[in-house]
Amino acid sequence: MSASAPVIELKGISKRFGKTLDIAAKMTQGLRRAMGSTVREPVVRAVDNVDLVVRRGEVLGLVGESGCGKSTLGRMVAGIMAPSDGTVLFEGRDIAGFDAEETRRAKLKVQMIFQDPYASLNPRMRVEEIVGEAPRVHKLIGPEGYDAYVDAQFRRAGLDPAYKRRYPHQFSGGQRQRIGIARALAVQPEFLVCDEAVAALDVSIQAQILNLFMDLREQLDLTYLFISHDLGVVEHLSDRVAIMYLGRIVEEASAEDIFDRPNHPYTQALLAEVPRIDTRKRQFTAISGEIPSPINPPSGCHFHPRCPHAMAVCRERAPALASVAPGHRSACHLNGEG
Amino acid sequence: MSELTLDVQGLSTHFFTRAGVVRAVDDISFSVPRGRVLGLVGESGSGKSVTGFSVIGLVDPPGRITAGKILFQGRDLTKLDERDLRDLRGNRIAMIFQDPMMTLNPVLRIDTQMIETVLAHDSVSRSSARERARDALGMVGIPSPEERLNAYPHQFSGGMRQRVAIAIALLHRPDLIIADEPTTALDVTIQAQILAEVQKLAREVGTALIWITHDLSVIAGLADDIAVMYAGRIVETGRVEEVLDRPLHPYTHGLIGSVPSRNARGQRLRQIPGMTPSLLNLPPGCAFRSRCPRADAACEQDPPDSHPLEGRTLRCFHPQLEMVA
Ligand SMILES: Nc1ncnc2c1ncn2[C@@H]1O[C@H](COP(=O)(O)OP(=O)(O)OP(=O)(O)O)[C@@H](O)[C@H]1O
Ligand SMILES: Nc1ncnc2c1ncn2[C@@H]1O[C@H](COP(=O)(O)OP(=O)(O)O)[C@@H](O)[C@H]1O
Ligand code: SF4
Ligand code: SF4
Ligand SMILES: [Mg+2]
Ligand SMILES: [Mg+2]
Repeated sequence: MSASAPVIELKGISKRFGKTLDIAAKMTQGLRRAMGSTVREPVVRAVDNVDLVVRRGEVLGLVGESGCGKSTLGRMVAGIMAPSDGTVLFEGRDIAGFDAEETRRAKLKVQMIFQDPYASLNPRMRVEEIVGEAPRVHKLIGPEGYDAYVDAQFRRAGLDPAYKRRYPHQFSGGQRQRIGIARALAVQPEFLVCDEAVAALDVSIQAQILNLFMDLREQLDLTYLFISHDLGVVEHLSDRVAIMYLGRIVEEASAEDIFDRPNHPYTQALLAEVPRIDTRKRQFTAISGEIPSPINPPSGCHFHPRCPHAMAVCRERAPALASVAPGHRSACHLNGEG
Repeated sequence: MSELTLDVQGLSTHFFTRAGVVRAVDDISFSVPRGRVLGLVGESGSGKSVTGFSVIGLVDPPGRITAGKILFQGRDLTKLDERDLRDLRGNRIAMIFQDPMMTLNPVLRIDTQMIETVLAHDSVSRSSARERARDALGMVGIPSPEERLNAYPHQFSGGMRQRVAIAIALLHRPDLIIADEPTTALDVTIQAQILAEVQKLAREVGTALIWITHDLSVIAGLADDIAVMYAGRIVETGRVEEVLDRPLHPYTHGLIGSVPSRNARGQRLRQIPGMTPSLLNLPPGCAFRSRCPRADAACEQDPPDSHPLEGRTLRCFHPQLEMVA
C-alpha cells in the first residue's frame, strides 16, 4: 500500500484569510485611514506551508483542534478553494497548468462530504435530482440509463430507491448523510474528502455510516482524506494520520505509530485527554497554558506556551517537520535538528 | 447514608401538538445523591433535554408535566409556584444548555450579566461580585478573564461562549447542575479542563450533577451512575462500571458494541440496524423492538421496570445476560 502512487500532493500550501472585522474595529480603522495612517487588516494563516501526500487507496486521517485549519486544507485538496501559495499536484501534475477540461475532470474525481448533511443538500430539490443532476450534466450517463443509474447510487449508499421522490427534510440525519454520499458517488470519484462526516450523527447511526465508508473503500477502491476531531473514529478508520496545530502539520505517521508511539508533545497531550469507554471514573486535570488565537499565533513553535518541554529555542524558531523514523515525521526541537 | 439531592419518580412530560401527542418523557424514575454524577445517555430525540427542562420547570406549551414527582432536597418541584422556582433556578439549581445563547444575553456585556447573576441571589458589593465573576471565568479556562469581562458574547468563539455559560452556572456553587451536552462542540483538551472543574465542585461542594450526552466515553470517565434513555423511557440504570461492563438491555449492549475502540482497528463496526422511532403517536410495546435482535411476541407489551441485579433497573423482557466481548 505504501508503494502506491500519490493521488494528491501538496507542496508548501498556505491559505490566508483577511479577518472580517466587527463594526467598532472597522470604524476605528476608517478613522485612522482618514487621518492618513496606513492600516493592514489582520490576517489568519488558516493553513501555513503544508506538505502532504495522499496515496492511492489509503485513508489519511486529519486531526486537530477546532479552528486549526482542517476544513480549509480539505477544501484545497478537493479543489474548491484556491491556495494563497504553493502547488497542488493531482496524479503527479500541477493543477495550475490544467486546461478547463482537465480541471473539470479532476474536480469530479475528488468529491467532498460535509458535516452537516442538511445544509449541504438543496431543500427544494427532490433527492433523486440531488443525486442525478451532476452525472447528467457531466454526461456520465445518457437519458436511457438515468433511472437505473440513480437507483444504483441509492442502493450503494444503503437507501431504498423507493424514497427517491422525497425532499431532504423528509429524511433523518443519518439518511441525509447517505444522500450526500450517494451524490458524491454518482460522479464516480476516486477520492473522497470527508469533513467531520459523522460528527453530527448519533452513535448507533455513526457506526452504520463508518461501515458504509469501509465497504465503499473495498468495492470502489477509493482514497480518503478523513477529517475528524474524534480520535477514536480516526484511529479505527485510518492507515495514516496527520496532526494539525494552528495551520501546520506537526506530526504525520501510520495510525499505529501515532497512537502507540506519538512523538510530538501536542499529539501526546491530545491522546492523554481522549475520553475512552474503558476508562473508569478518572481524575480530569486542567491543562496549563492558554489556547492561542490563530490570528496572533505564538512565535516559533506555536505549541510552546502549552508545551511541558518548551525550551528557549522553541520561542524563536519553528521546528521543521522532519523524519524521526521510517514513515514518521514530527516537528519538534526535542528531536534535535540543526 | 446517601442523601438524595434529586429524586424523580414516575415523571411524564408530553407535548400536545396538532399532529398528536409526543410522549417525550414517559414514566421515568431516577435519583442523584449529593456529590455524585449521573450520566444520562441516549440518541438525539430520546428525551434527555426535555427531562432536564422538566426538572428546572422550563417546559413550555404545548408541553406539560402530566405525571410524577420531582423531589429536590425533599421538596416536590412540581408543586412549587413560579416565584419559588425562580428563587431556586440559577441559585441552588443551574442548567447548562446545549446552546450557550440560551444563557447569554447578546446585547449585554459579560460582566453585567455575571454581576447581575451574583446579585440576584446574594447581597454582596458590586466589586466583590465582579471578582467572583472573574474567578469563575478563570476556572473554565478563559484567557485574560479581567479583560474578557468587558466583552460582548458575539466577540467570543462558540466554544468560549459555552465556557462563559458554564462559568455562570458555577457562580452560586449550586446543589444541582444539569448539563445538557455542554462539551460536545469543545476540543478534548478544553473538555478535560471543564470536567476537572465540575468534578471539583462535586467533590468539594457536594454538588449533584446530571451530565447529558450521547458520548459514552465521556460518561465512562466522569459519571458514577448511568441512565440510558430510549424513546422517552429510561431503559437501564446502574453504576457506570457495572452497566458498561455488563449491559443488560439490548440497546445499551448495541451502543457499547458500536464504539470504535470496542472493535478491531479497520474492521467493520458492530452496528444497531434501523433508526430511532418517532415519538409521535408511538404504538404500545417496547419501542426498541424493530431494531432488537431478541424481540419476540412478548415485546408487543410494555416491559415493566425490573431489578434483575442489585442496584440495577431495567425495562426489557429478555435481558442480555452474557458479557460483552
Ligand atoms: N472564509 C473565511 N474567512 C476568514 N477566516 C476564515 C475563513 N474560513 C476559515 N477561516 C479561519 O481559518 C481558520 C481555520 O478554519 P477551518 O474552518 O479550516 O478550521 P477547522 O480546523 O476546520 O475547524 P473546526 O474543527 O471548527 O471545523 C480559523 O481561524 C477560521 O476562523
Ligand atoms: N416544543 C416541542 N414540541 C413538540 N415536541 C417536542 C418539543 N420539544 C421536544 N419535543 C420532542 O420531544 C422528544 C425529545 O426531545 P429532546 O428531549 O430534545 O431529545 P434529546 O435531548 O434527547 O435529543 C423529541 O421527539 C422532540 O421532537
Ligand atoms: S518544539 Fe519545543 S515547544 Fe514545540 S513541541 Fe517541541 S519541545 Fe514543545
Ligand atoms: S423488551 Fe423485547 S424488544 Fe425490547 S429490548 Fe427487550 S427483548 Fe428487545
Ligand atoms: Mg471544519
Ligand atoms: Mg437535546
